[in-house]
Amino acid sequence: MKVLYFAWLRQRIGVAMEEIELPDDVDDVGDLVGWLTAKGPGYAKGFAEPQVIRAAVNFEYVPFDHKLSNTDEVAFFPPVTGG
Amino acid sequence: MIKVQQDNFDVGAELADLTAGNYGIGGVVSFVGLVRDLIDVDGRDAALRAMTLEHYPAMTEKKLAEIEAEARSRWPLEASLIIHRYGRLEPGEQIVFVACAAAHRQAAFDACNFLMDWLKTDAPFWKLEETDAGEGWVDSRESDDEAAARWQIKPDRAAE
Repeated sequence: MKVLYFAWLRQRIGVAMEEIELPDDVDDVGDLVGWLTAKGPGYAKGFAEPQVIRAAVNFEYVPFDHKLSNTDEVAFFPPVTGG
Repeated sequence: MIKVQQDNFDVGAELADLTAGNYGIGGVVSFVGLVRDLIDVDGRDAALRAMTLEHYPAMTEKKLAEIEAEARSRWPLEASLIIHRYGRLEPGEQIVFVACAAAHRQAAFDACNFLMDWLKTDAPFWKLEETDAGEGWVDSRESDDEAAARWQIKPDRAAE
């Protein structure tokens, strides 16, 4: 699956986009956050306060209990500040 | 119509295009958002050098189109336009433009207000501010969520 990061989350993690193979023990968005957090120090810093992170799957905002499939495009970002 | 672009826009030309040939339009209401030169940094005024807008292109187009469709389902609009810029913008530059045209003014006013409130909370943009002291990402504002909530749709946010 494709995973994208935006704003300060992108800066902390150090990449804007990456392809990952959905791990067997990752069922939903919250699981993916947990799995990514363990991936390295930048990820741990980015996801240190998961309650402030928003998620989108296939361009729709989703809650952390949203189920994932390996063909999804997942994005993580802080609350939006456009306009 | 939705336009997400780096380039500036000409408000007069956009309004002329929006209403061209449609004599059913009795009024147009528009809003232009500009980059201010003073921002609040930890409770103090700071001079803004520039602001960089980052966005999620595929999702931005989709969310803006949904917001526009929602406005058009709620009010009898003859025409509507949302322009949102991205990239680095300096004080005084235009960031966002919303215009709604209708037979009567009330629908145009209300729809324009709705579109601005709603795009603040729903469109995936993030602002990075540059001052002499450095850079910082703009925090989301509760007042924006409240402004959107008064249109009686729950902000579509994860983990809330």
